[in-house]
Amino acid sequence: MIAEIGLYALVLALVVSLVQATLPLIGAARRIPEWVALAAWTAPAQLVFIAVAFGALTYAYVVSDFSLLNVAANSHSAKPMIYKVSGVWGNHEGSLVLWVLILALFGAAVAGFGSNLPVAFRARVLAVQAWIAVGFLAFILFTSNPFLRLDPPPADGRGLNPLLQDIGLALHPPFLYLGYVGFSITFSFAIAALIEGKVDAAWARWVRPWTLAAWSFLTLGIALGSWWAYYELGWGGWWYWDPVENSSFMPWLVGTALLHSAVVVEKRDALKTWTVLLAIITFAFSLLGTFLVRSGVLTSVHAFATDPARGIFILGLIVVYVGGALFLYAARAQALAGGGLFAPISREGALVLNNLLLTTAAATVLLGTLYPLFVDLFELGKISVGPPYFNATFVPLMIPMLVALGIGPMLAWKRGDLGGALARLTAAFAAAAAVALATLALAWGTGAVLAALAMALAAWLVVGALSELAERTRLFRAGAGESWRRLKGLPRSALGMTLAHLGVGILVAGMTGSLAWTAEDIRVMRPGERVAVADYDLELLGVREGVMGPNYRATRAGFAVSRAGAPVAVLEPEKRFYLVEERPTTEAAILTTWRGDLYAVIGDPDGKGGWVVRLYYKPMILWIWAGAALMALAGALSLSDRRLRVGAPTRARRRRGAEAPARA
Amino acid sequence: MTRKRRRLTLALLALSALAVATALVLNAFQDSIVFFRSPSDVVERKVPAASRFRLGGLVEEGSVRRLDGEATTGGRRSAAVAFRVTDLKHSVEVRFTGILPDLFREGQGVVAEGRLGGDGVFEATEVLAKHDETYMPPEVADALKRAGRWQEEGPKSQGGGK
Repeated sequence: MIAEIGLYALVLALVVSLVQATLPLIGAARRIPEWVALAAWTAPAQLVFIAVAFGALTYAYVVSDFSLLNVAANSHSAKPMIYKVSGVWGNHEGSLVLWVLILALFGAAVAGFGSNLPVAFRARVLAVQAWIAVGFLAFILFTSNPFLRLDPPPADGRGLNPLLQDIGLALHPPFLYLGYVGFSITFSFAIAALIEGKVDAAWARWVRPWTLAAWSFLTLGIALGSWWAYYELGWGGWWYWDPVENSSFMPWLVGTALLHSAVVVEKRDALKTWTVLLAIITFAFSLLGTFLVRSGVLTSVHAFATDPARGIFILGLIVVYVGGALFLYAARAQALAGGGLFAPISREGALVLNNLLLTTAAATVLLGTLYPLFVDLFELGKISVGPPYFNATFVPLMIPMLVALGIGPMLAWKRGDLGGALARLTAAFAAAAAVALATLALAWGTGAVLAALAMALAAWLVVGALSELAERTRLFRAGAGESWRRLKGLPRSALGMTLAHLGVGILVAGMTGSLAWTAEDIRVMRPGERVAVADYDLELLGVREGVMGPNYRATRAGFAVSRAGAPVAVLEPEKRFYLVEERPTTEAAILTTWRGDLYAVIGDPDGKGGWVVRLYYKPMILWIWAGAALMALAGALSLSDRRLRVGAPTRARRRRGAEAPARA
Repeated sequence: MTRKRRRLTLALLALSALAVATALVLNAFQDSIVFFRSPSDVVERKVPAASRFRLGGLVEEGSVRRLDGEATTGGRRSAAVAFRVTDLKHSVEVRFTGILPDLFREGQGVVAEGRLGGDGVFEATEVLAKHDETYMPPEVADALKRAGRWQEEGPKSQGGGK
């Protein structure tokens, strides 16, 4: 019964979306206020209906209602409750319901928080948003119904892929979707602006917070996925340039470009057509990612039973949405002639460079991701494009970008002074040089030069971001009290920028450290034997078989870890066998510190009393997660800037003097 | 600076970014694309010497064995394994040091990446697993088809992924 209510709610949501997609649009064109006002009600109604459907599906998972095909295929009564719930989106159908739920959530948010938008414009945005909802609701109802019944119901379910029974993967999809789908809002804003033929600073003010929110969630979602791959797959890597990773990374790259170009539209009224195009492309990449991951053209943990009908349906949606958007763009873009002039050496110029490099990098990633598919399509053989390709294309494009990232924020709008900017970056230069020399001195060996350069780049970014902050607050030049006052007076979006750039620096340091100085040992060990990895000593205490978990049986090894003779920890990696799914998984044991991670994996027995073990020391891994988290946090901080919540540009309100604290 | 000159500067910048990217891509495609080969390709010597490629097929029944030997270098027991990859027509010996993927089984599909050694043994640096028990890598299915040994089998897998 509850499942039928869920299905009915989905149908109602589709009907409401159809209304929202048409009437407000016509109403806005013909000036019929009642029709325009409709969108403010249909958007929340859509959210309610989809939430009911999502709730019904979740309920079926929680009570293990195996009369539903979807539940029977992806759940089991013995699964821990948290994975019963996360199992809702651990499959194709359920994850799409989550997709439209988030889409409706963003639509309702525009309806609710968008009271400062012109009514007709808001109606148009919501109508475009509803078009997307119509497509995806139809996709669910016609090809991926999660509420299909099974008669007779099986006694128990088939369980969930054990790799997905994990907290990282319970959280990764919702965050990733909040990012992917969040870019639908900027897309809708762009299309609505094209319909009206108007893009101005106020438009950028509206677009920025949504872009920021989507970008922050996407950053977090990608980081969670990377973290999961790192600890769950047991290979110790955090990025594989796997097509599935790339399909979430491409919208991130273009979304990052969008985030920066929207600033230029807001502050300088320039780059308008480009920004609108970026908004379209970003969402196009989100749709492409959904297609690549969901259609089964790629083989990965994300691919489901390959059903060509589904792939073709999503491909059709992409053609309609992106094709339609680009058509509209071609017809209307001229009407959005840009305003502010600027010299090549200026803040705008630096942001243009940022955009060029980010989009070019996204294009090379796209090429590497799709090339094997094209080669296969035209029957030219089967190939794979792996990390070497991306290292040879993506990385060289990122180096100038990161160098420029340090300088850009120091340049003035309109016409910058490169010499002056560089002079203010003396500390960053010095730090970069010192770090490079220290790296060469401490870690001489193969690849040391590259590692030193990369570490220098990281130092350049970190010290550059801090210098920029010092510059703004006149640290060392004014008194401490004055600097503190200035710091408090800084807009949160400026602090957000500094923090995000700081995060990039930390991220680069973490990636470099973990790639350049990984120590690895693979061998067969018997209980009582010792091995040294980096400056740790590990003793295999023993291996216990038949350790029972809630829904698995494990083989568990114990390693006593000591450093310089002092005991540090006991690591217990496991090899689990999930009883319902009849699948083994590897559970690495990881000792995490700011210096680096000690990573232990237990493999198969050799039949003579020994076990294959793989031990890694991966320096600075934590820095990667910290850098990514800092970037997402910076997005949230910028989002809290009150200036982004007022409709039109207003002069920043200054709070000075009165509340300055006495201490500093 | 006039609008025209600004446009020109931007266009030149964009073109040079594109040119650099194209050069990088072409250069990368030249030496970082990995072709997929079947055991028959290898045995029939269709594979260029010393090239890096992916070998796919089934793990031959009864072919997996440890190459440990007692305490090799410096008290360290090697974790090397050997197995044969077959497309049911020809098979190739593969050597690998490390932990085999969780779903590595005799009789199941496998993809190994590496180079062919002078002794005709494939030295794998990576052995890739499927993520799903009932799932056959399309490359492997293709290799079996080309060897004329493919039959559609069993029910399609459902769900089982994210």
